[in-house]
Amino acid sequence: MINRKPLKIAIASGKGGTGKTTLSTNLAAYIAEQQEVVLVDLDVEEPNSGLFFNGELIHEEPNLKMIPQWDESKCTLCGICRKVCNFHAVIQLGPTIVVFPQLCHSCYACSELCPENALPMIPKSTGTLKDFRSGNLHFIESRMDVGEEQAVPAISKTKNYAAGKYGNANFTIYDSPPGTSCPVIEAVKDVDFVILITEPTPFGLHDLRLAVETVRALKKPFGVVINRYGIGNDEVIEYCTEEDIPILAKIANSRKIAGLYSSGKLIYNEVPEVKTALQEILDHCLKMMEGEHK
Amino acid sequence: MKEIVIISGKGGTGKTSLTAAFAVLGGSDVVVADCDVDAADMHLLMNPDFDYTEDFYSGELAFIEQSDCIRCGKCKDVCRFDAINIKLNRFFIDPLSCEGCGYCARICPAHCIRNKERLAGQWFISNIKTGSFMVHARLGIGAENSGKLVAKVKNEAKEIALEERKDFILVDGSPGIGCPVVSSLSGASFVVLVTEPTVSGLHDLKRVYELVKKFNIKAGCIINKADINPVKCAEIAQYLAEEGIVHLADLPYDESFTKAMTQGQTIVEYDHGFLKDLVTDSWEKVKRLVCEE
Amino acid sequence: MKIAFTSSGTTWESIIDPRFGRTEYIVMYDEESQELSVVDNSSVKNEAHGAGTATSQRIFELQPDVLITGNGPGDNASAALKHIKMKILVNAHDLTLRQAYEQYKNGELKEQ
Repeated sequence: MINRKPLKIAIASGKGGTGKTTLSTNLAAYIAEQQEVVLVDLDVEEPNSGLFFNGELIHEEPNLKMIPQWDESKCTLCGICRKVCNFHAVIQLGPTIVVFPQLCHSCYACSELCPENALPMIPKSTGTLKDFRSGNLHFIESRMDVGEEQAVPAISKTKNYAAGKYGNANFTIYDSPPGTSCPVIEAVKDVDFVILITEPTPFGLHDLRLAVETVRALKKPFGVVINRYGIGNDEVIEYCTEEDIPILAKIANSRKIAGLYSSGKLIYNEVPEVKTALQEILDHCLKMMEGEHK
Repeated sequence: MKEIVIISGKGGTGKTSLTAAFAVLGGSDVVVADCDVDAADMHLLMNPDFDYTEDFYSGELAFIEQSDCIRCGKCKDVCRFDAINIKLNRFFIDPLSCEGCGYCARICPAHCIRNKERLAGQWFISNIKTGSFMVHARLGIGAENSGKLVAKVKNEAKEIALEERKDFILVDGSPGIGCPVVSSLSGASFVVLVTEPTVSGLHDLKRVYELVKKFNIKAGCIINKADINPVKCAEIAQYLAEEGIVHLADLPYDESFTKAMTQGQTIVEYDHGFLKDLVTDSWEKVKRLVCEE
Repeated sequence: MKIAFTSSGTTWESIIDPRFGRTEYIVMYDEESQELSVVDNSSVKNEAHGAGTATSQRIFELQPDVLITGNGPGDNASAALKHIKMKILVNAHDLTLRQAYEQYKNGELKEQ
């Protein structure tokens, strides 16, 4: 455990509702029993990890993005801003320029191409970042305001905040957004290891395949955790064997787990098998890092 | 022709399984549109034949014509997305980082950059096992679902429904509360909300229903896995009553849903007991409510 | 009065397009001259995002007094349309333009 480089792990899944948040929160709390760990909820549209902790809020700040602000006194209504905006975030209604902050991608084109300098860029809050502490556990989440659509900048800022403040912690765990699109790529692109969580069902397998394609395209080492093991069939296991993908752990299907989750409770202290599974996952990650050192 | 949209806000609530069951119950009267393109799983239960396939383009992507490039680097200076890389003294666009804003193309003094349409994936028309049709799509890696893709899938379904004189379009809606779900809801006659009695289930249900309300669409709700948390379930039921959402059904937590799925079946094909009755009853209610509209 | 309809076709018998941003056509009726004119809005189909504001820009240029549509504009489009002095009437989906116009005249359409 001495002198090893901090490990960054992303927990991801192709499809929503497979247990990503359950695994992230339980793994983080379990590691925190022994050492410092940072859990970062990057599902900025629907951050739910926070529902499982009672931490102390130690810092809060707005997530900012830059948007143009119309300066009526300088504007000559030439219409260039509206023409250069590919996102229809700037429109011209007669004598008025209207900016739609939620559609703006902060490309600066309207602002910098305006001949009169009538659209200076100003920061605007798109949501809130919160930093909580509970013993050894640091928990950071960002929540986008309703109507905001661009998750990637919020994800990138949240990661930077965590790295800047807690970069020396032994473990950082990202709870990734679901899917295989840009937000997931942003969440996963700088980690050391990806844990893909899935269910042993046809839907689970189908979405796992897509997630595997994505993680392979990013050239990240990864392993699979099978949640609700026992339902469905063996196709996920067969697929992992064929593709030479390590199965890190299997978490048995149980009504008890579903019940605990539904009321926002951690599981591993109530269900011993889950604790064993978490230790298996942890061992695998540690072993992998030792391997990297040699 | 009526358009029924099924949404849930949160993943894993059983939305797709229920949509597929409704499609089977509706049989040849129903054209299916799978707009949950981020996790397009419904085809696994519908036995589609991918009869027609077409590439789908969405958004834009900058492209540098190397032969005309004077390597001035202005494009790299203005790009806020770090999407322009230098390799061997040449400038290249990183497609995963490019947002398609077109700024670089507008200021390139050699006019060698232009925006191309971005290949986002493919969409399909399939014959399915119900004797009807399904319109669905698949995204490429890193490609995003968009209002445009959802509108495309729905439009194709609508055209088929008109030509083939079908009564219903059944839309498996997009997740979240962004542009794709707005596009899923736009034009709907009725919305079915699928939720589960968990803290996140209720939270996400409320967020997505705000949108439904805004569009003046009548809604009903199915609480799936209702018995895993009776307290939360009661809380949801109360919310539905307050908002005037029709409480369509409470479905129990039952592994038959998964067992059906592993056989490529919907619950109404697999089960012949009370689960089938519950889901059938919900579908009949939905049909009645839609036709009252 | 000039009345704008979001429409799936180009005649009085066309059905109202329930969508605002991605409506196929904008049909304008000028009560004074009793003329129907059509604006093709299909280019908006190619917009991945921002369909609502793009269509708002177009509506603004047409300067109608009344807009008759289906579900109603989304958040961004609503914000844009606030800049236009125009009455917005919703829930006209499933009606033909002619029926919607009659309902409007009888005060039967809901204001947004």
